[in-house]
Amino acid sequence: MVGMRRETLQAYLLLLPAIVLLVAFTHWPAVATLIDSLYATPHGSRPPPFVAADNYQGLIDDPVFWQALLNNAWYAIATIPTSIVLALLMALAVNQALPGRAMLRMAYFLPTMLPMIAVANIWLFFYTPDYGLFDSIIALFGGGRHNWLGDASTALPAMIVVAVWKEAGFFMIFFLAALQTMPTDLKEAAALEGSSRWNYFRRVTLPLLMPTTLFVLVNAVINAFRVIDHIIVMTRGGPDNATTLLLFYIYETGFRFWDTAAAAAATVVLLTIMALAAAFQFGVLRSRVHYR
Amino acid sequence: MMVAHDPIGRHLETVGAWILGILWMLPLLYAVWSAFHPAAYATHFDPLAPLTLANFKAAWQAAPFTRYLINTVILVTLILAAQFVLCTLAAFAFARMVFPGRDLLFAIVLLQLMVMPDVLLIENYRTVVQLRLADTILAIALPYLGSAFGIFLLRQTFLTIPQPLDDAARLEGCGLLARLWRVYVPLARPTYIAYGLVSVSYHWNNFLWPLVITNSVTTRPLTVGLAVFATTDQGIDWSIVTAATLMTSAPLLIAFLLFQRQFVQSFMRAGIR
Repeated sequence: MVGMRRETLQAYLLLLPAIVLLVAFTHWPAVATLIDSLYATPHGSRPPPFVAADNYQGLIDDPVFWQALLNNAWYAIATIPTSIVLALLMALAVNQALPGRAMLRMAYFLPTMLPMIAVANIWLFFYTPDYGLFDSIIALFGGGRHNWLGDASTALPAMIVVAVWKEAGFFMIFFLAALQTMPTDLKEAAALEGSSRWNYFRRVTLPLLMPTTLFVLVNAVINAFRVIDHIIVMTRGGPDNATTLLLFYIYETGFRFWDTAAAAAATVVLLTIMALAAAFQFGVLRSRVHYR
Repeated sequence: MMVAHDPIGRHLETVGAWILGILWMLPLLYAVWSAFHPAAYATHFDPLAPLTLANFKAAWQAAPFTRYLINTVILVTLILAAQFVLCTLAAFAFARMVFPGRDLLFAIVLLQLMVMPDVLLIENYRTVVQLRLADTILAIALPYLGSAFGIFLLRQTFLTIPQPLDDAARLEGCGLLARLWRVYVPLARPTYIAYGLVSVSYHWNNFLWPLVITNSVTTRPLTVGLAVFATTDQGIDWSIVTAATLMTSAPLLIAFLLFQRQFVQSFMRAGIR
């Protein structure tokens, strides 16, 4: 270290604690997951044998894994556009002078402040057959009993509704932030030219919101694969794996069946999906969206 | 649809916005209803139904929520304090110092914005067990102490602080840490508040990692305690479960209602990057 400049040494010392923790709990485990996915699950103290792609073959042969992947794809496809469109509508609504604007903004944003597990508890009751809120309301109109979470055809949509309710208000904040930094002179100019509000929205507001939309989109993708709290509380992946998402599959494989090698291989798949989302963001950012 | 005068369209928008707002409020209003009324009124909306606090009392006595609350407070305080210190030091190095490998190290830090520790459960569990820290509050905090988000946010703020202020402090003989403490930290206060609120609400609500790594009453945060309570201890007494649910979310919700503007602005500030 003799030749090192003083500033360099200081900088490294300042960075050391944060970088060590970051690497130890994010980068290293990501690499370790990749390595572990090539070995068998360790038993006892003997080092596990190298099995190359066996764990991945195991995933390919496991119908539950495919179902988790498919469920997660549907969950993402349904949750992401719905919550983004709702978030945009909410932001547009509370960005203008409106009776009770502060109250509305709070109504939209409140679910974001609740823990997902609290949200799950509340909605669990809505979905309860007979006694639950939905069945009680349906009964008023003479309808019968629905086992919303026990029926494989309604369980995943039920989870999607919960996720949209929880997330839309969070994404609204980012659109609202972008709308509030938008230049007002554009709006005045458009008004002078007699351009309709819809036209103004389509031609000016929407393009200016592109970077925000992209940012929200990537966050929504990550959340669709990262948050499984409601699954754990409400359905445990059931019925018949109808609500098993990828991370829930990993959680079950790793901590209920203790098959850590298979869980590692599935984690690699999950990391790949997230890396693709990240690559998409940077790719699009470089090529198309050049505002801000 | 002209911009200036279109009263009908405006009214329709207002009505639509309010319908959505009421729809969004209903689940929470419902939870409040069932928590403050006897179980018999859980789905029977009689405006004259008797109000009661019995559900809260029953929930509070049925599980060690006091302990869970203490655990959560310790957890979020520990995380926030460590994040503030570590992120400040790292952000300053990235913002105002010149050293070999700076861009590479910064890129490595930013990777964590995409790959969050939440999905690396199995390996982090292994690491914590090897460190003999399983089932401790420190273990819940560890993966989040080095925060790429915090480093990035503070670095952006530090970059906007005028260099002459820093130079002046240096001329007065301030060392590196003194300059950081007297010039940078005070001027970045809004960023600290924003980041702090985002961090506290994230970790107050975090569930999966604490669920995996804790196994006893003395370490479980509120979220995990609530899940254990709702799934095992309670049969189907929903009024008590909703009371417990509201109780565990209450501190954050009350803080939010009191400081709504700061919260919303913090989330906005944290989102603009």
